Formats: sequence, C-alpha cells, structure tokens
Amino acid sequence: MSVTANTPSVSAAATMPIGTPRHHIAIFAGLLVLLLIAPFVLYPVFIMKILCFALFASALNLLLGFGGLLSFGHAAFFGSASYVTAHAAKVWGLTPEVAILLGTIAAAFLGLIIGALAIRRQGIYFAMVTLAFAQMVFFFALQAPFTGGEDGIQAVPRGSLFGMISLANDTTLYFVVLAIVFGGLLAIYRIIHSPFGQVLKAIRDNEPRSISLGYKVNRYKLAVFVMSATLAGLAGSTKALVFQLASLTDVYWTMSGEVVLMTLLGGMGTIFGPLVGAAVIVTMQNYFASFGAWVTVLQGTIFVVSVMLFREGIIGVLSRWIRKPL
Amino acid sequence: MFELLGIPPQALFGQLLLGLINGSFYALLSLGLAVIFGLLNIINFSHGAQYMMGAFVAWMALTWLGIPYWGALIIVPLVVGASGVVIERLMISRLYHLDHLYGLLLTFGLALVIQGLFRNGFGVSGLPYAIPAQLSGGQNLGFMFLPNYRGWVVLASLVVCFGTWFAIERTRLGAYLRAATENPTLVGAFGINVPRMITLTYGFGVALAAFAGVLAAPIYSVNPNMGADLIIVVFAVVVIGGMGSILGAILTGFGLGIVEGLTKVFYPEASSVAIFVIMAIVLLVKPAGLFGRTA
Repeated sequence: MSVTANTPSVSAAATMPIGTPRHHIAIFAGLLVLLLIAPFVLYPVFIMKILCFALFASALNLLLGFGGLLSFGHAAFFGSASYVTAHAAKVWGLTPEVAILLGTIAAAFLGLIIGALAIRRQGIYFAMVTLAFAQMVFFFALQAPFTGGEDGIQAVPRGSLFGMISLANDTTLYFVVLAIVFGGLLAIYRIIHSPFGQVLKAIRDNEPRSISLGYKVNRYKLAVFVMSATLAGLAGSTKALVFQLASLTDVYWTMSGEVVLMTLLGGMGTIFGPLVGAAVIVTMQNYFASFGAWVTVLQGTIFVVSVMLFREGIIGVLSRWIRKPL
Repeated sequence: MFELLGIPPQALFGQLLLGLINGSFYALLSLGLAVIFGLLNIINFSHGAQYMMGAFVAWMALTWLGIPYWGALIIVPLVVGASGVVIERLMISRLYHLDHLYGLLLTFGLALVIQGLFRNGFGVSGLPYAIPAQLSGGQNLGFMFLPNYRGWVVLASLVVCFGTWFAIERTRLGAYLRAATENPTLVGAFGINVPRMITLTYGFGVALAAFAGVLAAPIYSVNPNMGADLIIVVFAVVVIGGMGSILGAILTGFGLGIVEGLTKVFYPEASSVAIFVIMAIVLLVKPAGLFGRTA
C-alpha cells in the first residue's frame, strides 16, 4: 500500500549504501551558501515564505514519502502552531523562541491525538480521517475566542530573540528563520537515514511482512506522524512570526492540499523534492496573486498533470537521470 | 404548549427537519461515494465539486435555456454524469494499476480546477434559484410548519437512495456489479464488459451528486464553494458508516443529519463538530466503521 512503491527513485533510495552520500553533503552545503547570499539579492520575506513551506512540505514528505501515509490534514498542525505562537507572542508577550517552542509543542500534542486515531485506518480512509479532523480544528479556530475568528491574530510582534536581538529587521529575522528551517531539514534527513527510518520504509513497502518480522507497526506509524506534525508545527510557528499573522487560511483544507501538491510536484519520497516543490508553488502564487481564482485552477491543473504524467516529481525525474538518490 | 427538556417543540422539530434535510444530502452524497468506491476503489474527491456543478447546471438550464426545475432534475444528472464518464475515460481509467491514493490526488486536483473555473465565471456571492411553483408554500402539521419543498427533498432523496439500493442489491445488473467488485477478472471472463461497467458506475455516482446539487439549488444559494466544505463532512460520514454497504451509507447519512440537528437544539456551539466527534468515537470503538468490513 505504498504511494511511491513504483517510483524508481525510491527503490534507489532504499538500496543506498551506509553513511551519508557525498553528493548529499555537497547539495546541503551548496544550498546553505545560496541561502546565505539570497537575502542580499532577493526580497527576504519572499525567501522566508519559501523556507517555511519547504520545511512544511518536507515534514509532510517524511510521513507520505517515507511512511507511506497520506495526510490530507496537515494544515491542522501548521495552523494551530501558528495560532499558539501568535497568541504567545502577542497576548502573553513571550520572546520569539519561547513562542515558537510553545506552538511546536501544541502541534506535537495535536499530532499525538489525531495520529493515534487516524492510524486505526489505512490508505484512503487515513487520508479522509486526517482531512476530517483538520476540518474540526478549522471549525474550532473559527469559533474559539482567542483566534480572532475571521480576522485572525494580526500585528504579531516579532520581539527580540532571547530578549536581546531584535527581529524587527527582515534580514536579521531571515538568518534566524534560515537556522530553524535548515535545522529542521537536517533533522528530517537524519530521521530518514536512521534505523527508525529504515523500518519506516519497510512498513511502507510491505506492512504485513514488517508485522511478521516483529515490528510494532502502529508505534512506528504514530511516532512518524507525531514527528511530522511537530515539524509542520515548527514551520507554522515560524511563519506566524515572519508574516506577523495567524489566520484561518493556515488551518483550512486548501492549505493541506497545497502542501500535498508541493510534495507531489517536487517528488514524493525524495529528500530535496519538497524544497523544490515549495519554491515552485510559492513563486507561482506570488506571480499569479492578482489573477484571483485562476491560481486555484492552475494549482488543480498542476495536480492533475503531476498525477497523470509526472508522478516522480521534478527531483524524482532528475534523480533518475543522474542515477543517484536525491 | 408542552415543552421537552426546556426546548419549545417548534424549535425541536424545526431542527429535526433541518437535520433530516442535511441527512438527505449526506445520504445521497455518501451513497455516490460508496458506489464509486465499491467498483473503482478510489475516493472521488471531486464529488463536492460535481454536486456544485449540478446546482449550477440547473441554474444555467433555467436562466439560459428556460428549462424548469422538473426538467433539470432529469437532464442535469445526465449532463454532469456524462462529464464524469469523460473524466473516467480520459484520466481515472489510466490510474487503476497504481496505488489508490493517486485517484484521490487526481480527483482533488479536478475539484480545484472545477471550483476555480466556477469562481471565475460566477463569483462567490451565490445565485438565487426559485422554488418551483408546485412546491411553494407549506403544511401546518399542528406541532410545526413544514415547507413543501423541504418535504419533497427528503422524499426525493429517500426514493433515489432506496431505488439505488434496490438496483444494486436486487437486480441482475446489480448482481454483475457486485460480482465485479469482488472479482473483475472472473466477471470479464463471463463476457461482461467490465471496463464499460466501471465507466458507467463512475458516471452514475457523479449523476447522484449532481441530482443532490439540483435538489439543493432552491434551498441553499448556488455558489462555487457549496460543495467544498460539505464533502469533508460527507467523508466523515463515510468513515463512520464504512463504505462496505450501500444501505449502511444511506442509514448513516440520514442518522448523522438528525444527530447534527439535535446537537443544534441542545448544544448549538458543538453542532459544526458533532459529526467529527462521532467519527473519533467510532474510530476508537469500531475502527472499520458501523457497517464496514475490515480491510
């Protein structure tokens, strides 16, 4: 029951030699250099948006590409973390690192509850259950007193890191966001390549066999679900500080769909795919923002084209060409 | 007047009726999903968009072609169902050899395209669709006032639901369908054109959604987002009922509509999440769903 079982890139990743491949280190290093230069060339807020969504999509990919579980409700974690961080920073006046930590913890907790219920069903039911619970979180956000209803929480103060370094400047904030997102991406890389990650891939590729080998499959599924929710929450919390806003958009099902699209377009089950997918979709949204509902049509079309013709995603195809797992 | 647990009877029966109406739509939509799932093994994410299309095509038929409600009730499901047949032939049929999740992703993309196109064409404010003259007005039942059209919605939904149940469970064609669900290769060996049957089944499921859309047009305003949130609730209904049984889908749909209506009377704040809470409980107690077979 794996989503990516028939993409060559994944089977390549499964037979990867022990140790970190050199080209992965090179790509991470090159990416870091590029991102260090980027804020001096491009608009920092734009890159920060890409970074937040890259982490969000990578978190989903950890669950979908490596755990084989399609969550259609990840906006719940992204959005609720965003609300908690915004509330902590604005109403409680906490410093940004504490606010982000609280948001992330909230997402982890929510992930534990939703995950424990959702893993009781498989395949498409899993997708429907996560979607339904995310909608429940949306209704909660719509009615709860502290979320500000339709207005959301606006004008969230960015505050000072550890109470010392002011984050009001976009460039200063950029480097903090870069550190958070890069840390998150490395953590995901580590999880995927750990023994835990190997078991996860085994469960994805053949669940009954993993059970017969004595693995407590449901514990692994729940663990990866909580990890994925936590990292999605980290992305949402960071986003709340960047845009100084937490709103219903963050927790609506369209957001869950967008992040699935980013992962699909970039390449499910690849390491760098979600980053590329996030960059493409965010850039597209930026350029077509004035076209209103045509953005939805375009996103839907990319979905359809990706599923029909391009299931490996951008990085998946690239990985096949160079015959190396990416 | 008597009161029940401090609730005036008009309010109670009013909400019960509203719940029954919502339940009619839940039942029609989850029935369509179950029929499609049974044979195609995919979840039709564009079901909500196709329900919305039903309402819009009814509006277009009336406004541009002068086709009245009763004509629309027959023509619109055929037209939208035909669009479903085209989608199945061109796209979904190419995904059967893949994981079922790709079908979900594809139909999600299609839903975005359809909703986006209608938002561009008609805006989001919603269009009015008049109740047909024969069904305007209402009956005073003594304990409550029953608008004729709302009574008709419940009746029409019941008739179509049980008609579908009868066709699938009690006729020869339905027997082929159920056999193909169990073992398509074997049914094909008996000379039955299984791919065509799959195509028509998808078309029929979509037509059910469009029929629900026409029924909904005079009650709710016809707008491009009308199916988007509804379909998520219907997914929860499907998870609660389990998709193994046609009758189960119908009963769960009506039942949950009524439960939701009752929540509105006794604890209005929770009414929008009632179905999701029930879903959580069902997942804990009976993970396969009330009428589901364990996979």
